[in-house]
Amino acid sequence: MGNRVAIVGAGMTKFVRRAQETGKELCYEAAKMALESCDMTLDQIDAVALGTAPDTFDGVHMKGEYLSDGAGAFGKPYMRSYVGGGTGVFSVAQGWYHIASGLIDTCLVICEEKMSSYRPHPQGAFMTIFDHTTERPLKPNLLWIFALEMNRYMNTYGLRKEDIALVAVKNKNNALDNPCAQIAKAVTVKDILNSEVLAWPVQRLDVSPVSDGAVALILTNETIARRVTNKPVWVEGVGWSLETSYWTNRDLCYPRYVEEAARMAYKMAGITDPRHQIHIAEPYDPFDYKELHHLEGLMLAGKGEAPQMTVDGITQRDGELPVCPSGGLLGVGNPIAAAGLMKLAELFWQLRGEAGKRQVARKVKRGVAQAWGDLMQVGTVVVVGV
Amino acid sequence: MSDRVGIIGIGATQFRSITPDVSYKELMFEAAVKAYDDAGINPRKDVDTFVTCAEDYIEGTSIFDEYVPDQIGAALKPVHTIGGDGLHGIATALLQLKTGRFDIAVVEAHCKPSNMVNPDGIEACGQDPIYNRPLELNTHFIAGLEMNRFCYETGATFDQCAKVVIKNRKNALNNPIAGRATLLTLDDFKHTDSVSCPLTELDIAQPVDGAVVIVLANESKIRDLKKEPVWITGIGWCNGTATLESRDWVYLDYVTKAAEMAYKMAGISDPQKEICFAEIDDRYSYKELQHLMALKLGCGCNPGNYVDNGHFEIKGEFPVNPSGGALGMGYMYEATGLARLYCAVEQLRGNAGKNQIKNAKTALVQGWRGLPTTSTAVAILSA
Repeated sequence: MGNRVAIVGAGMTKFVRRAQETGKELCYEAAKMALESCDMTLDQIDAVALGTAPDTFDGVHMKGEYLSDGAGAFGKPYMRSYVGGGTGVFSVAQGWYHIASGLIDTCLVICEEKMSSYRPHPQGAFMTIFDHTTERPLKPNLLWIFALEMNRYMNTYGLRKEDIALVAVKNKNNALDNPCAQIAKAVTVKDILNSEVLAWPVQRLDVSPVSDGAVALILTNETIARRVTNKPVWVEGVGWSLETSYWTNRDLCYPRYVEEAARMAYKMAGITDPRHQIHIAEPYDPFDYKELHHLEGLMLAGKGEAPQMTVDGITQRDGELPVCPSGGLLGVGNPIAAAGLMKLAELFWQLRGEAGKRQVARKVKRGVAQAWGDLMQVGTVVVVGV
Repeated sequence: MSDRVGIIGIGATQFRSITPDVSYKELMFEAAVKAYDDAGINPRKDVDTFVTCAEDYIEGTSIFDEYVPDQIGAALKPVHTIGGDGLHGIATALLQLKTGRFDIAVVEAHCKPSNMVNPDGIEACGQDPIYNRPLELNTHFIAGLEMNRFCYETGATFDQCAKVVIKNRKNALNNPIAGRATLLTLDDFKHTDSVSCPLTELDIAQPVDGAVVIVLANESKIRDLKKEPVWITGIGWCNGTATLESRDWVYLDYVTKAAEMAYKMAGISDPQKEICFAEIDDRYSYKELQHLMALKLGCGCNPGNYVDNGHFEIKGEFPVNPSGGALGMGYMYEATGLARLYCAVEQLRGNAGKNQIKNAKTALVQGWRGLPTTSTAVAILSA
């Protein structure tokens, strides 16, 4: 059933509000770091898999083609995959099927985002993601629809804003130890509750920032992995699922698509009891409530129970199930596709014991990363282990 | 590596210059229903993975991936977009099937350019924003430069390029879904407007609306379903450079590399002998010749000469674009490669009607993403 696939190298640029580098240069920097991290050269790469979110950010049509040479794809098989915000984690699934097919031995997986090109603010780019007939005339905005979802989540389970804010506190504090972080800060629940209201109940510090950045991973088959490193991190399971476009017709309190994606990945990884078989998680946290939502979708917490897990400190770096030890999107930043891949880079470093000050207290052998995107619609999940 | 992969279902709409009566979702639905019917499957139960090929700017919607699942029966299933030609989607589906984790994959691509107010402006947004866009180049202008260079280097004449158009648009007359079929003469080219000399309006494939859906399965599933598949025996894809300044404007190395990857996988050592016909990208007249040369199907370094003796006609020694190609059927952006594949499958199944090539057993299909890209995919099909 397919060849085993390993992650053998990782590289990551700093996440910043406005990078001086072009998108191509960001790709180059991350790819070079990833190759150097495992003593490989571009000649040894058979194919390149790229992930990057909407073309509107950069104003470049066919952005994947534009980025190709920066991503090291000159003269190589090269494809860009795309599932909105879920792209970063999906790109590892893309790298996985390249190699598991047996047709490709080594694959450079690279995700880039440069949101700062869009002025004055990339929120404008999201105006065109809505249905042109039924929704765009209402001029919706991403923050509003996520505020709807957060409200629904809070109302369904009777959750308190203070408990949800603990996620932002944890992640922003975790990011203090991440050298690539954009908005790491020692904050308190009070700071979050006192921050500017954007669309109730979403406040400024509940939300991840706008960022530029790139992340790259090197994936290889088993034979090459064993030659390159004595600490390969195996891709044990991948899953993705896309819900209906008609988001107004479903209950927003639970991300069923994340559960479907997780079930697909867990089945492949042979996981039957995720809460005990997974030791560390990097769920997608563009908003603080989303980390909780996704922990439930990933079946790492019961429905409506993730906030209590956070209150109990289980998800802290020294907790029983460390969640977003990297600092997540809330602390490190959110260059959409790159943010998703950053989560797998973090798991790669954590599972190898190379996360430095961010290293979690417990011994970890298996982790899950997850991303989310489109119209609150897609879940992408990757399970990795040593 | 897991077992072989074959095509078990194809579906396409009519390709039309305008489709005011249907939305892009209805186009996708029609093609999908036809493909599932052809394959004898239920998308809700039988399909394991869906791939769509689309670009946001062409759709006029950011994160277009959002609007894919419902009309192809894919909601709450593994679905993702590839920002590439339909054939890149086929390569993706093949990779996924070969992992052994999936049995049936669906690839979809569509376009509705009749909704596009300013297609030239959109295509120009594909150019490098720093080095090229300030020059305000129209994409067809770049094609004119390339055509000039290609003809100068290889000795192909502008008339020979025109004959490619005449052949393809004539072939399309017998293709029931083609949208740009007509009879032309060399004289027509003398009376048509030049777009970017030597490129005339007639040298450019004109856009059409339409959708294509292809169903693929692995060998064991095909046996279970008792289907007669068209096998995909080889696949290759490759990118050259994104910059206009540093690329070779005559010899397309990236196409050669993609073809070599596909030939190697299919075990083909002499493509001209082992392949019966080709469905390749002809976004511009000269591109068909340039691609043939890069695919090593061009009969030497000047394929133009072979145009004159009818070598590439349906009844010729090596038929190229018997469907009519993009020039005859219409240009469909990311769906162009899938349209070529659809017609190649019809040929290999013996369903090409008046355009049927006798004993067509092996075909080459190639897609290219248009200027300013150097992105191509190649598939080898076998009956």
